[in-house]
Amino acid sequence: MADRRHGRLTRSNGRAPRLIWPALALPGTVWLVVLFLAPMYVVVAILFGTVDPILRQPVPIWNPVDWDLGQFRYVLDHIIGPDGFFGPALVRTAVYVLVASALCLLIAYPVAYYTARGAGRHRGLLLALLIAPFWISYMMRMLAWINLLQNDGLVNRALSFGGVFDIHVNWLSGHASTVVLGLVYGYVPYMILPLFAGLDRIPAATLEAARDLGANRFETFRRVTWPLSRPAVVVSLLLTCLPMLGDYFTNDLLSAAPQTSMVGNLINNSVLTPGQTGQAGAFVLLVLLISVVPMILYVRSNRLGDEVRS
Amino acid sequence: MTVLDTRPKAAVSRDGRETTRRRRRPSVLLVVTLLYLLWSLLPVLIAVLFSFNAGKSRTVWQGFSTRWYYGDPLRSVWHDPSLHTAVVHTFRLGLLTTLITIPLGVAMALGLDRWRGRIPAGANVAVLLSFVLPEILLAVALLFVATTLHTPLHLGLWGQVLGLVTYQLSYPVVIVRSRLLTIGKHYEEAAIDLGASAWGAIRRVLLPMLVPAIFASTVLVFADVIDDFVIVRYLSGDASTEPVSVKIYNSARAAPTPALNAVASILLVGSLLVVVLGFLAYRFFTRGERADARGLDVFTGEV
Repeated sequence: MADRRHGRLTRSNGRAPRLIWPALALPGTVWLVVLFLAPMYVVVAILFGTVDPILRQPVPIWNPVDWDLGQFRYVLDHIIGPDGFFGPALVRTAVYVLVASALCLLIAYPVAYYTARGAGRHRGLLLALLIAPFWISYMMRMLAWINLLQNDGLVNRALSFGGVFDIHVNWLSGHASTVVLGLVYGYVPYMILPLFAGLDRIPAATLEAARDLGANRFETFRRVTWPLSRPAVVVSLLLTCLPMLGDYFTNDLLSAAPQTSMVGNLINNSVLTPGQTGQAGAFVLLVLLISVVPMILYVRSNRLGDEVRS
Repeated sequence: MTVLDTRPKAAVSRDGRETTRRRRRPSVLLVVTLLYLLWSLLPVLIAVLFSFNAGKSRTVWQGFSTRWYYGDPLRSVWHDPSLHTAVVHTFRLGLLTTLITIPLGVAMALGLDRWRGRIPAGANVAVLLSFVLPEILLAVALLFVATTLHTPLHLGLWGQVLGLVTYQLSYPVVIVRSRLLTIGKHYEEAAIDLGASAWGAIRRVLLPMLVPAIFASTVLVFADVIDDFVIVRYLSGDASTEPVSVKIYNSARAAPTPALNAVASILLVGSLLVVVLGFLAYRFFTRGERADARGLDVFTGEV
C-alpha cells in the first residue's frame, strides 16, 4: 500500500519519465519470454502436432486451429480403461508424493519447532547443519544411500547383526518403501527451512499469553502455534510436493524398476524415445497444470489475506 | 511435581510448570532433532569416508588411501579423463551461468521493483513460475526446442548455460527485490534531490547498498548450478559436456569404484567451501546491521 502511494507521489512531482526502469527490466523479461514461456508453447505445439511417419520426428503444429488431437487422445486412452498402462504410474505418483510429504512434515515440524524455540545459543550451529544438505549435491546424497542399501551394504549388515535373522533384503530393486524414503530424504531439507522461518516469526509473547490464560501445552499448540504456523506449512508442502512431482532420478537410482515408476519416469522414458515426444509433452502439461493450480490458489488466498489485514 | 505441589501455590505452580516445561519439552524434540541430523548427514559422511577406501569396495572398509583421488593410474579422479572432465565442466557451467545470471537478474529486479504496468506484472508471474515449477518441465521444453526446431539453441555447453540461466534467474530477482524492499526509496530520492541523475543514483547509491544481496545470490546461484542435474542432463551434447551429477547418475547403479565417491566428495567440498566463504563475506558486508537482517535466511533460498 505504502509503496503504491509513494509511486504516485514521485510521478506527480513531474520528474523525468523513468525509462530507465523498463530498460533495466527488459533484458530479463525478454529472456524469460524467449527461453521459458515460448519453449512451453513448443511443448504444447508438439503435443498437438503430428509425428513424421518415416523419421519419427515430432512435427509441431503452431496454430491452435489446426491442432491434431491424436497424440493427446492416445495418452488419455492409456490413462484410464482396459489398456491404461499410464494410469497406475499416475496413481502411484499421487500416493508416493502424498505419503512422502506427510512423512516430511512429520519429521520437519518437530525439528523446525525445536530450532526456532528450544535451541537457545546453539541455534546458529543447528541452522547451519540443517542447511548443509542444501549444498550437498542431490546425486551425492542418493549415491550415499545406494552405497548403504547394497546387498552387502551397511543397512543389511546392521539389520542382521541386531536381528535374529540373516537378512538379505534387496533394497534397490523396486521397493516402494525405498523410493518413498529416498524422496523424504531428498526433500526434507526444503521443508524445514520455510517451516523454521514461519515458526520463528510467532512471537513468544503470544504463546505466553495463551498459557497465562490457562491453556496447557497441548491446547497452546493446537489453538495458537498450529494455526499461526499454517501458512508456513502450506508453503513448505508446496515447496516439497512440486519438485517431487517432476522427480525421476530418485526412482531411477533407488529402484530402477517399472513397478515403482512415477510421472517423472514417464516423461523421462518417453522424452528421448523417437515418436514418443508427444506423450512426454502430454505428461509435462499434466504436471504443469497440477503445479500451477495450487500455486494460483495460494497466491489468491494470500492476496485476500493481505486485503483483510490492511 | 508432587513435592513441588506442597509448596505455596502462587509461586510454585508457575515456577514448577515453567521448569518442567523447559526441561521436558526440549528433551523429546532435542532427540528428534539430533536423530534427524544424524540421519541426514551420516550417510553422506560415510560416502565421503569410502572415497578414501584402499580397496574397490564401497561397502567394506579396507584401509585408508588416496588411491581414488590420485594414486590409481587408471581410475582415479586425477587420471581418469572422463572424471576430471566432468569436474572441470561442472565448474565451467557454474562460472558461466553465474556471470550471466547475476547482472541480468539484478537489473531485472531493479526494473521490476519500480516499473508499474502490465508487462512488469506479467514478468513477475513468469519469475514466480520459473521459481516454483518442477525443473523437468523447463528441461523438456528446452530439449524439444533444441532437437526439433532450428534455433541458435543447441545441445552442449551453451545450451546448458542458456537453460541454467533461465532456471536460476529468479534467485537474484527475488533476493535483490526483498533487499530493495528493506532499503526503501529515500536514499535514492535524496541522491536525485542532490542533483544525481536517475542512473547516477542507481550506480552510486543503490548498487553499493545492494552488494550483500548481489553477493548472496551469486553464491546461491553458483552452488545451485554445480549441483544441477535435470537441465544439464537433457541439454548435454555428448560425454564431454556431462557434469559430475550426470556422471553419478549414469554410473551409480553400474558397479562403480570409490572414484565416484571421490568425485562427488570433491564437488561437495567445492560447494561447501563456496557457501561458507560466501557466508563469512556476507557477514563482513553487512556488519553493523541489525542481527535479524543479516541472518542465515538469505542463504537458504527461502527469501
